[in-house]
Amino acid sequence: MKAKVFITLKPGLLDAQGKTIKGALDALGFRGVRDVRIGKYIEIDLTGGRASRQAVERMCRKLLANPVIEQYRIELVRS
Amino acid sequence: MKVGVVIFPGSNCDADCLYVLKDVLGQDAVSLWHQDTALRGCDAIVLPGGFSYGDYLRTGAVARLSPIMGAVRRFASGGGLVLGICNGFQILLESGLLPGAILRNTGLRFICRFVTLRVERTDTPFTNRFKPGQVIRMPIAHNEGRYTAEAKTIRQIQPQVAFRYCGPDGQVGDAFNPNGSVEAIAGLTNAAGNVLGLMPHPERSSEAALGSEDGRLIFESMIESLAHA
Amino acid sequence: MPDLLAPTQRKFGVRSSEFGGRKRSKRSTPHSALRIPHSTESPELLRRVAKSHNLTDETYARIVKVLGRQPTITEVGIFGVEWSEHCSYCSSKVYLKTFPTKGRQVLVPAGKENAGVVDLGEGQAVAFKIESHNHPSAVEPVQGAATGVGGIIRDIFTMGARPIALLDALRFGPPQDRRSRFLLEGVVKGIADYGNAVGVPTVGGDIAFDQTYRDNPLVNVMCIGLLASRTIARAAARGVGNPVLYVGSSTGRDGLGGASFASRELSEGSDADRPAVQIGDPFAEKCLIEATLEALATGEVIGIQDMGAAGLTCSTSEMAARGGLGIEIDVLRVPRREAGMTPYDIMLSESQERMLLIVKRDAVTRITRLFARWRLQAVQIGRVTGDGRLRVREGEQVVADIPVGALTDGAPMYQRPVRRPSYLAKVQHLPLARVPQPKDLGGVLRRLIASPTIANKSPVFEQYDHMVQTSTVVLPGRADAAVLRLKGAARWLAATTDGSGRFCYLDPYVGGQLAVAEAARNLVCVGARPLAITDCLNFGNPEDPHIMWQFKECVRGIGEACRAFETPVTGGNVSFYNEHPGGAINPTPVIGMIGVIEGESGPVTASFKDEGDAIVVLGQTREELGGSEYLAVIHGRKQGVPPRADLRAERVLQQLMVQAARAGWLKSAHDCSEGGLAVALAESCIMDPDRARGAAVIGSRIPLAAARVRPDALLFGESAGRIVLSCARFYLEPLLELANRVGVPAAELGRVGGPRLTITPWIEEPVETLSEAWRSGLS
Repeated sequence: MKAKVFITLKPGLLDAQGKTIKGALDALGFRGVRDVRIGKYIEIDLTGGRASRQAVERMCRKLLANPVIEQYRIELVRS
Repeated sequence: MKVGVVIFPGSNCDADCLYVLKDVLGQDAVSLWHQDTALRGCDAIVLPGGFSYGDYLRTGAVARLSPIMGAVRRFASGGGLVLGICNGFQILLESGLLPGAILRNTGLRFICRFVTLRVERTDTPFTNRFKPGQVIRMPIAHNEGRYTAEAKTIRQIQPQVAFRYCGPDGQVGDAFNPNGSVEAIAGLTNAAGNVLGLMPHPERSSEAALGSEDGRLIFESMIESLAHA
Repeated sequence: MPDLLAPTQRKFGVRSSEFGGRKRSKRSTPHSALRIPHSTESPELLRRVAKSHNLTDETYARIVKVLGRQPTITEVGIFGVEWSEHCSYCSSKVYLKTFPTKGRQVLVPAGKENAGVVDLGEGQAVAFKIESHNHPSAVEPVQGAATGVGGIIRDIFTMGARPIALLDALRFGPPQDRRSRFLLEGVVKGIADYGNAVGVPTVGGDIAFDQTYRDNPLVNVMCIGLLASRTIARAAARGVGNPVLYVGSSTGRDGLGGASFASRELSEGSDADRPAVQIGDPFAEKCLIEATLEALATGEVIGIQDMGAAGLTCSTSEMAARGGLGIEIDVLRVPRREAGMTPYDIMLSESQERMLLIVKRDAVTRITRLFARWRLQAVQIGRVTGDGRLRVREGEQVVADIPVGALTDGAPMYQRPVRRPSYLAKVQHLPLARVPQPKDLGGVLRRLIASPTIANKSPVFEQYDHMVQTSTVVLPGRADAAVLRLKGAARWLAATTDGSGRFCYLDPYVGGQLAVAEAARNLVCVGARPLAITDCLNFGNPEDPHIMWQFKECVRGIGEACRAFETPVTGGNVSFYNEHPGGAINPTPVIGMIGVIEGESGPVTASFKDEGDAIVVLGQTREELGGSEYLAVIHGRKQGVPPRADLRAERVLQQLMVQAARAGWLKSAHDCSEGGLAVALAESCIMDPDRARGAAVIGSRIPLAAARVRPDALLFGESAGRIVLSCARFYLEPLLELANRVGVPAAELGRVGGPRLTITPWIEEPVETLSEAWRSGLS
């Protein structure tokens, strides 16, 4: 089982990298880009067959994401 | 004053802090290893700058899990003096010893240069040697120094702000804010005032040979407050 | 082929079951006891691999002869990297041998260890070296530059020295060009990401821009380390049976064949080479620095070497060769990051942050524990042998067995053909009469100081942590050289990098001399006595006789200057094949020079200090515009002969400066280089951002070599051997007197002060205007 964790800055916080990339996309002539947010993607290879979403949730809260500035989303997939 | 300087894997300002404490200020200073669980009778703890654990994941996120941080937390809750500089500040934020968090500089670049700071509080154990509103010079050196917190927190912590980035005459404004920190916050204490975290480097501005002696007043303030404790 | 295999069999020390302290399987049947490298690969495959390493048929035949049999694929790889230009210096060695390498101050001469070591006195010494990472940076600027920094730092701390400073010599195409900008930003980010994290301050260096470097930027990184002169670590194997330890990060397929990658020209297809670039981990390196210095301090490490280009191959064979011994390793014991790696992959991998240690026999556990404390693995992978062979096993199977002498000294040496290039006659001819003299010389000055090569570099160096370790007493951009204090000593260390590709393009011999002369001048401007140099020689394809001629001439010039200044060459690096589809780059030697400041007065910076101070120029101005920045920027000409290099006069000037600085007479000193006297004066006015100063000087007082020198040459020409300085009026007389006594032309030009820089009768510019132009040039 694999857990895919997507971490992004909370909405409303200035994402300086995202802003820069949006600027670059605009400059390249790509229309219709409203906003760009940059985040982290973490892949966790779990030993147990039945992955516990709660365990990954705890990982996120305790280490992977900083609740002051970040939010996260978890996807579980069979490897 | 006996000061413990904590070395995490990736710390790189530990030797500089020890040099100022021992050679410049003549204090008793020891290095503490991140895996230690005791503070060896230190009167104050310094979490130095650097890139603990490579700053991978988030700055300070892994270092705060070190065994020594449990001892530092207990020490702080008992009123002990804890100073976090740069990466040390980031570790304090990640540990929850100080409110808020650090983001990447708005300019997306590492910045190493002298900045001017306005001293906001002189009634803390770290700032008692400054004059109120004093404008001082200290260098910054960071890629991630943009302080942030939720709006509610920002309102609450106003009395805890110790230093703000400012212009040569003490004026605060975007032009003088090197990294985009909320309300130009460069350093703040906890509510009790015994934990200070700041992005600028006092250990790099404690000798005339390095262009400023303003940072030394932070260490001297600590010595003074401990002498009267 | 039993007859061919027999000698190998005989020399194989059978007691290999001992190593690692662990019992190995007992399959010692007569058949497996042979354990000879048995090449099962088809001859076509071997040829193809040989070809991918740029081994010619002739060289391949030589390998077969050395071994007395067909090589294994691993052996082809090992020979391929060891005999590559990058590792064996096969084209350059005949010339490098002519460099002066001896001197009282030299503790470890060139080529003997990972880096040269120079005595600072009072028991202190410095290890320093410069190295190029041009090709990797052209393909992937961030990682290319970062791993360049990591590699040179490892060369320094493997000497037992704590790395205390980095300097970068960078060359790019014009920054207005998108690709050049991309490379510039990437390289600077790579240096910053790595150098800042490992906690070694980047304190100086130089940056220049020229179209010639557009597709082939130069990234030369110099590292300086401080050590006690009694505790220099060695990179030689000693003691048969001593354990060989692998330390640091695991081995992956990074940069496979990187050393041979660096020995090929960049072609249009180079972007496809991307995977050949390694990824750096500054965190691992920081831990490696601390752990290694701790390990060396125990006295239980006998030999140590970084795994640089061609990783395990070079470190094992070179350490064995230096000790006149052999090394045997088992690749199965090498920590690996990926599954399915072959011995070939493992021996050639360029994964970063790895070292090879030879330790005392009973020290393995203690050393392993010491590294574990820093979360680093240290694994015994083999032992020192007495048979002078590099033997590589994969478990029981011997996959390579090569006499180390053949690898390190047996590489083919070339006396490649040389021919004076025909372009020289054309470009050296500069019809000055046809170069119009601008009317608005103030405007020329404004344009020149805003040109990228001259403009303020703080947008770059502010991205580097240049203050960590709290010894940087002169901040970057404030003086002609970086200056570090030596804590606890009343001495300072100064360092600089210099080298003009344009001068060398126009005359590589004079260009080589001038590179050394300017480096020395930069050092004496901060008051330092030059001690020694390290050099990085960046040239095109050595198989081209014109390029080889440039190389030969340039080396001759550098060598002569080093002899004249008594600054021996302690090591360095040659980078060939710096080419792009349009041809070779300007031949560009980069000289990294170190010096020491002694006495009470301390370092001198370049900015004017106080109103009323006297401004003095030392040295003579000639009508020399050849190769100048002025000619390139204002007139678009890369022409003429470079300024004359008078090595004897330079030497006297150096001695005068050191004496004057030590006496405390100097308030500021700044060398006249790109942009000439006018730019030197302007920079002295504006270099201190907190305290700009005006100056008023009188042009007719400038000492000239001829009765008449045209004003643009006088202001912007780049005659060598000139320094602009300022001093309190009180010291003016003794200074001029001393100059007169030693025979250095000197004149008081005017005074510091006012809101303008005035050079009567040609220039009158508000200092603020100049400052703005200078500060905006690169941002």
